[in-house]
Amino acid sequence: MSVRDIQLDDKGRLRHFLTVEGLSRQILTDILDTAESFATVGEQAVKKVPLLRGKTITNLFFESSTRTRTTFELAAKRLSADVLNINVATSSTSKGESMLDMLRNLEAMHCDMFVVRHNRSGAAHFIARHVAPHISVINGGDGCHAHPTQAMLDMFTIRRHKGEFNKLKVAIVGDILHSRVARSQIHALSILGAHEIRVIGPKTLIPRDASTFGVHVVHDLRAGLSDVDAVLMLRLQRERMEGAFLPSEHEYFQLYGLNEDTLAHAKPDAIVLHPGPINRGVEIDSRVADGARSVILEQVTNGIAVRMAVMAMVLGRGNADEGEVRRPGAER
Amino acid sequence: MKTAPEIESVIDRMARDLRQLFTERGITDPLMVGIHTGGVWIAGRLHSQLGLQQPLGTLDISFYRDDFTRVGINPQVKPSRLPYSIDDKHIVLVDDVLHTGRTIRAALNELFDYGRPASVTLVVLVERSGRELPIEAAVVGVHMKLTEHEHVKLGGPDPLQLSVQESP
Repeated sequence: MSVRDIQLDDKGRLRHFLTVEGLSRQILTDILDTAESFATVGEQAVKKVPLLRGKTITNLFFESSTRTRTTFELAAKRLSADVLNINVATSSTSKGESMLDMLRNLEAMHCDMFVVRHNRSGAAHFIARHVAPHISVINGGDGCHAHPTQAMLDMFTIRRHKGEFNKLKVAIVGDILHSRVARSQIHALSILGAHEIRVIGPKTLIPRDASTFGVHVVHDLRAGLSDVDAVLMLRLQRERMEGAFLPSEHEYFQLYGLNEDTLAHAKPDAIVLHPGPINRGVEIDSRVADGARSVILEQVTNGIAVRMAVMAMVLGRGNADEGEVRRPGAER
Repeated sequence: MKTAPEIESVIDRMARDLRQLFTERGITDPLMVGIHTGGVWIAGRLHSQLGLQQPLGTLDISFYRDDFTRVGINPQVKPSRLPYSIDDKHIVLVDDVLHTGRTIRAALNELFDYGRPASVTLVVLVERSGRELPIEAAVVGVHMKLTEHEHVKLGGPDPLQLSVQESP
């Protein structure tokens, strides 16, 4: 069974959200549109809507994370779901329980959704293939493979500032090779029809087959940033590097660090994104990270709305006929 | 069923009724809030006729519906916009059709997540039979007695048109 099949139900609606790859522009646009309306919930005095009341969402984190886990947790709570946080590094798998046994136990507790983060690529797919039919799985990042909600919150942030994608030139800078974020961003940008996608980084940190993804590979930062509308910085992932990918962090910053001088090559109104956590002085200078063109903290806020949208879509597929969704002007 | 000029004259009368109601109740600075989509159209007309100072608010009650798990989410949901504090304010809630009352129940729940208004007054273009909840409008454009198979539909925003359709 292909990846595409497992993510969609028999009516073509999103059932799991494991990867952006293979999804239609319509589904990605639906996620962005739905997130737009959830963004106002954070402005209410009571920052909560009753949509997922009575549902139980389990954050299943096999790899540590603060921002992703807390924003998933906040998203679930703002939808009125109950949330369990399981940090698997410290749970019963360390007593020898297998992952499938743990899943069976969580199913027996009537969970409705698992948000999975794992350092192994494919972990979220594995779980999606083995859960009970009523359970939805959202990938919160798996190895070097995919981080779909991060990519969608980046798309949401870009769309809010820049409008439609078909006129945009976007650069992704840094460690493309190890980055699940970059992989998901490239798929999302290309499905949404971005005018041009460039990946910028040293040869050792760009996959050899990168150009087959429909991106332009550039090894010179200044040339690569020329005339772009958005700069998507990546974190240098020391923990995923096993060999000698880099000479030194200092030298990396000299060549690929984003500072005010290098950013001057982009369009004057270009925005700067970073998935966090940022390594100041390694991939990005503080004056850029904290500067007027940085939208890094907006990304965090937008991440809640985007995760609310995905959770509501996969759990709110309902079982009624298609036509029953409320139409403009329809009487009820 | 009702032509655009007829609806406009119904709305004129609703504006007069509403102005009189404000006088009776001593309401001087009401906040008008329309429910997406038809309610916003009607609220827009009333808002300009009454010359209200505060901007028009809008509510999309999709996230507060009691049938979400049955019908799912509509990606065409509009954001709710209440560009002011509603605490201790007199709210005029406007919708196109009052039928079961469930939409208004959801709208009240959403309103109270934004604050604690002094009062909420309901205004509807069409009040039809079929209430399932104890909800009543203070100002009504037209009353319709319909069977459960008949549905009122408001087309718009320009021109506004009301029609009754029969479901199979």
